[in-house]
Amino acid sequence: MALLTMREALNQALKEEMSRDPTVFILGEEVGAYQGAYKVTQGLVAQFGEWRVRDTPIAEEAIAGIAVGAAFTGLRPIAEMMTFNFSLLALDIIVNHAAKYRYMSGGQIRCPMVMRGPSGAATQVAAQHSQAFESWYAYVPGLVVVMPSTPRDAKGLLKSAIRDDNPVIFMENEILYNLKGEVPEEEFHIPLGLGDIKREGKDVTIVAWSRSVITSLAAAKTLAEQGIEAEVVDPRTLRPLDEDIIFESVRKTGRCVVVEEGWRYAGFGGEIADRVQRECFDSLDAPIVRVTSADVPMPYAKTLEKAYLPQPEKIVEAAHQVLYR
Amino acid sequence: MTVTKVVLAKLSPTMEEGTIVKWTKNEGDQIKQGDVLAEIETDKANMEMEALGSGVLRKILIPAGGKAPIGALIGVIAEPGEDIEPMIAKEAGKAAAASAPPPAASPAAPPPAGGATGESDAAATQTATPRPAPPAPAPSPVAAGAQAADNAAPGDQAASVASAARTAPVPSAPAPAPAEGASSHPTAGSYEVGRVKASPLARSMAADRNIDLAAVAGTGPGGRIIKRDIESWSGPRAASAAAAAPQQGGAASALRPASVPASRPAPVAPSIKPGTELPLSNMRKTIAKRLAESKFTAPHYYVTVEIDMDAAVALREQIQRLEEAKVSYNDLVVKACARALTRFPMVNASWGGDKIVTHAEVNIGIAVALPEGLITPVVRDADGKGILHIAAEVRDLAGRARDKKLKPEEFSGSTFTISNLGMYDVTEFTAIINPPDSAILAVGAVRRVPVVDGDAIRPGHRMKVTMSSDHRVIDGALAAQFLAEVRRLLENPLGLLL
Repeated sequence: MALLTMREALNQALKEEMSRDPTVFILGEEVGAYQGAYKVTQGLVAQFGEWRVRDTPIAEEAIAGIAVGAAFTGLRPIAEMMTFNFSLLALDIIVNHAAKYRYMSGGQIRCPMVMRGPSGAATQVAAQHSQAFESWYAYVPGLVVVMPSTPRDAKGLLKSAIRDDNPVIFMENEILYNLKGEVPEEEFHIPLGLGDIKREGKDVTIVAWSRSVITSLAAAKTLAEQGIEAEVVDPRTLRPLDEDIIFESVRKTGRCVVVEEGWRYAGFGGEIADRVQRECFDSLDAPIVRVTSADVPMPYAKTLEKAYLPQPEKIVEAAHQVLYR
Repeated sequence: MTVTKVVLAKLSPTMEEGTIVKWTKNEGDQIKQGDVLAEIETDKANMEMEALGSGVLRKILIPAGGKAPIGALIGVIAEPGEDIEPMIAKEAGKAAAASAPPPAASPAAPPPAGGATGESDAAATQTATPRPAPPAPAPSPVAAGAQAADNAAPGDQAASVASAARTAPVPSAPAPAPAEGASSHPTAGSYEVGRVKASPLARSMAADRNIDLAAVAGTGPGGRIIKRDIESWSGPRAASAAAAAPQQGGAASALRPASVPASRPAPVAPSIKPGTELPLSNMRKTIAKRLAESKFTAPHYYVTVEIDMDAAVALREQIQRLEEAKVSYNDLVVKACARALTRFPMVNASWGGDKIVTHAEVNIGIAVALPEGLITPVVRDADGKGILHIAAEVRDLAGRARDKKLKPEEFSGSTFTISNLGMYDVTEFTAIINPPDSAILAVGAVRRVPVVDGDAIRPGHRMKVTMSSDHRVIDGALAAQFLAEVRRLLENPLGLLL
């Protein structure tokens, strides 16, 4: 095992897959000469050349369009979005082309591409640059949506994403780029659609993904000091969703809190709550509680930013609520 | 075809089951919609149940003296010649299925019941009203389980019917006869009041352990029964264990150490000679459930004040002399509380889980003792009524309460309650809040006591009152201020006549 940051783990995944498969290439803004806006593509242009690590203009629709076209013709493009806030410009390409062609062509055309980059809030980058869009992408049939929370998951999932024949939306998190964790040194993959128990517990299930896993683990620590053992379940992939791992946990604990960085209204946590109430009805001792960001654009002020986002204290409070404490 | 199911109606806000005192119509009688079919004993009073449809009363399923949960099928009205046998057989079949031993009743097995009832509802034209989910008073864990597992309201009905049949055996040979409908008229929304609230987990746990949810006090929000309530529930189980012990090998020998295993079980059991077991009346069950729920969920605290009643005693004598009317001290207390409540709206309020609701009416409940329990008839808008009016109304309500002739609206809707044990010469006591009120006033006797008056001691009249308050709604200082106002009004009682 090596202790790596998530940034390094992602970088390794890209390097390994590009070395393995010459059809894999990267395109995006500042991915080459500048080594990546967040240095995820560090060193890649030197190793693989400008032909396979291509700097593009600031034009997300073009980046996505090129990636989709290349994927249709048999390449495996990795399109970097500087952040997913800008991916809205590429939505038509992703939703109407990447996600649809395999279906509309009766399986004749595949779109083995990855669109990756950071999503969610960083620190004080305000309303237009702090958005969590996983619910938007998870909504679309034909897409795979991956949201890793640890360096190990990031590497194992990115490698699987690159090899997958479907368009994969791979959402990283800026705050997590420096998060360190153990990563196996040997070759490994984590299958898409497989969740993971990040912490075992018997009293309450907390479902969270990406950065919210880290927030939830902090909450679980506080809860443990109070004698409450929380189980933190990380689905890792939102579409397809490993619902069984969630159900199994809720059937054990009888209580469920869903944490997400997105807005509550029509957010993905509602999808999980819906499935849990139906499949685990007789196991529930309390209504499912959701912890989300506030239903407003992200404020710039630091204090308000803290109030806006899910915090460990809010998760602790939610756990108390479902435990009637 | 017109078939009307006669379904036991919810005739009081807290009713969960009823006893059929008598059928006022016989099988074969011609029925017109609105006819009184039967007299039902609820937890509060005897009520008349009317037919919801016309035809012939073809079948009485639960005879007089039988008990059934609300929503249970107790009879069938149909036109002559209408074949009602399949329907009755279906109900009976469902009952049998539902009363099968618990394993079969795994809470996970869902829709069939709901689906089946759906059909039968379609066949029977005017089944009561489009009733919302009925009580689920969990007459049996099985029923509760079935309900939990089913997401369609009709399933509940199936459950109730099933357990009804268990309470009173369904006659096996249903005579085909034409019939049609009678039934019940629940007030819209009234079901919510009597429904047992329990988490799905608590329901399935109760089903597994054969616990009647209706007997469990919920400690969750709004009295919801949750996992911990089932886990900590020991009620009847302990009782039956104790009762069972002496039966083994006869009562006498059971007390002997010889017959007791070496491990020496509960030492308590042998030391109490069993007396008689009294079955619970509906009223007793309601008292047990509601007051336990109140005491376990509302944090009670108590504030007592002593009131100088000299002026009130004098005033009461004057009124009685002048008006030849009977006015009790309690009537004065009712009036004083009503007046004070208009000035302290937060005392005239209810806890709503995530909110506090103040009431636009001041309705004073008055605890009336009955041989089999108690009931609290309500003087509505008491602040707007004169003292003689209140006195007459209280006497009328109390009289009819003793005759069990109160209508549901006459013993529900209180916003504040008064309990008076003064007639027993009780000095002071504490009472349990009558939900959904947030406070109750326990009134002691007016007593002649030595009073310090300046530097002298003289005889005077004093009365102690103790208010129990729900701390979620009323803080101590507010309770004290409210009681100070009640005292001020009673010590200057002329104001109560204005």
